[in-house]
Amino acid sequence: MQLLEVKNLEVSFALRQGDLVALNDISFSLGKKERLGVVGESGAGKSVTGFAVINLISKPGKITNGEILFEGKRLDTLSEKEMRTIRGNRISMIFQDPMMTLNPVLTIGTQMVETLQAHRKISQKEAEAVAVKKLERVHIPSPARRLSQYPHEFSGGMRQRIIIAIALLTDPSIIIADEPTTALDVTIQAEIMDLLQELCNSEDMGLMLITHDLGVVAEVTERVLVMYAGKIIETAKTSDLVSNPLHPYTRGLMNALPGHGTCDTANRLQQIPGTMPNLTEIAPGCSFHPRCEHCQDICSSEVPQLRKISGNDSRFVSCHFAEEGWQNG
Amino acid sequence: MAEAIVTIDNLVKYFDISGGFLEQLQFDSGKIVRRKTEVKAVNGVSFSIQPGETLAVVGESGCGKSTLARTVIGLYPPTSGSVYFKGERIDTLSPQQMLPYRKQMQMIFQDPYASLNPRKSVRQTLEEPIRFHMGTLNKGEVEERMAHVMEQVGVNPGWKDRFPHEFSGGQRQRIAIARSLVIDPLFVVADEPVSALDVSIQAQILNLLMDAQEERGLTYLFITHDLSVVRHIAARVAVMYLGTLCELAPTSELYSTPRHPYTQALLSAIPVLDGKKKKHIKLAGEIPTPINLPTGCIFHGRCIHADDRCRSEIPELMESSDSSEVLVACHGVAEGRI
Repeated sequence: MQLLEVKNLEVSFALRQGDLVALNDISFSLGKKERLGVVGESGAGKSVTGFAVINLISKPGKITNGEILFEGKRLDTLSEKEMRTIRGNRISMIFQDPMMTLNPVLTIGTQMVETLQAHRKISQKEAEAVAVKKLERVHIPSPARRLSQYPHEFSGGMRQRIIIAIALLTDPSIIIADEPTTALDVTIQAEIMDLLQELCNSEDMGLMLITHDLGVVAEVTERVLVMYAGKIIETAKTSDLVSNPLHPYTRGLMNALPGHGTCDTANRLQQIPGTMPNLTEIAPGCSFHPRCEHCQDICSSEVPQLRKISGNDSRFVSCHFAEEGWQNG
Repeated sequence: MAEAIVTIDNLVKYFDISGGFLEQLQFDSGKIVRRKTEVKAVNGVSFSIQPGETLAVVGESGCGKSTLARTVIGLYPPTSGSVYFKGERIDTLSPQQMLPYRKQMQMIFQDPYASLNPRKSVRQTLEEPIRFHMGTLNKGEVEERMAHVMEQVGVNPGWKDRFPHEFSGGQRQRIAIARSLVIDPLFVVADEPVSALDVSIQAQILNLLMDAQEERGLTYLFITHDLSVVRHIAARVAVMYLGTLCELAPTSELYSTPRHPYTQALLSAIPVLDGKKKKHIKLAGEIPTPINLPTGCIFHGRCIHADDRCRSEIPELMESSDSSEVLVACHGVAEGRI
């Protein structure tokens, strides 16, 4: 049984102008020790996917279709009270900005003990002992002394590690990390990425890593979902995706990365023309067709389905020409 | 070699953060003494930029790269050291005397949501620098100039009367670039111009900057933390750590054979696409505070190669033994240990 299974998830926001569909028919699964990447540009719906899993979609948004199964149990139909026994306990989340997610007026000891006591009957002393152990786990030096310090006494990288330690307190099965290193410098990003990988292995956790950075995904994850305008447009093993992207958007994203893509003669980056559409004005047919250089007639009329690529069971692409090869024609 | 567009010599910028008189007083062995606290943001940086060149300054947050950019362009007065523009010293000029130089230097900022005035239309935003620096132009010429620059940056000139909120992030950055190009500068300082943008938009803006450079013969000082962007756009790269230059080298040279231990660690930390897992070089500890700088080499506390000389003597930026274009500030490299 998979740890997490999401089936045909649809999330929409009821706006005055009508319903805005932020997620459209999203299906994926996450196994034990598995590291899954979710990539896309801002507005693609990657954060909403993360929030939907732990039922944190706030009004006017709501899950309008589909199922979310955690260890075989439905999550999307749980009451708020039941959900609280899972959120932050069995499934933890790490957010982008370590400056914003810690409370500046409480010591980190208080914040860690509070988190533990919210989920377990545990004495102050025992809770502190667990906190020290988890801080050690994320390589914070002299953790016992650090418990009485405030967030401002730590650097950005250490704060992010403390947040990871807080997420680990309750020994969760899944960690959802939403852009965990975007606010950090590269050297610190490398440390945090190494740490997350190490933890997945040693603690038997599943990791869902939401990021816009294909480089980070390539280093950390085993499988990847590429999202565009609220849909999954390609999913594959990370190594397959990186060596041979099959959707024109994925290919475009990779070529647009400086230093990675193929530069043309004048040393210009290959660019994807235009911008991602606003969710209220998605084009008919394939949502990427106005920006696609391989666009054919069928692309503007018929919505492509996420189809399996023959010969590769883990690979799905939503493009009419994924197998025929838009690359050649 | 042609005359450099911009030369800075031993530039130093400190910020006084000691506050009011009473806050400066401290007890020291029974006596009251007055002490100043200074953030040493830039410590003796020297380099020059050739016409038509792109020099990138990279470093992590807090290393002083933005302060350096702002001091070069005259937004901050330097604490000591000098800035030359085409051979003329400009850091000692009065604001009046500075005017003709300001026209030739422009700046592009990181966040196009913050750098454009939300209450000014594109026309007003672009008109202001023209009216200020080129007051003699008549209305038709101003219009023509604006239309030309908007076309060049890829914003439809018909959108002149729109306001910033009607544009996406990428388009706003295009408008910010148009504003800096509209008075035909020679030298542009770009402070993290693509950091706030998505990858596909980032590529568009980088290409635009390179096109503009080709067409107008611009010289860029490009500030960024993103090493892959640097590799693409810059001819030479200066690596900065805690207000000091560690290494200054041609881009290809820096990426193929990084010499300074800090550069090596930085490069090893870039995530790569090709799936081959590299070993990240781990730096011990944290970046020290720029208020109390370490003695000797500024990097010694985190460097695995540090010895006694590194802890006591400040290394100078010197030509590397095998290439005169590469400057490195490291005792280990100079002695051949690293």
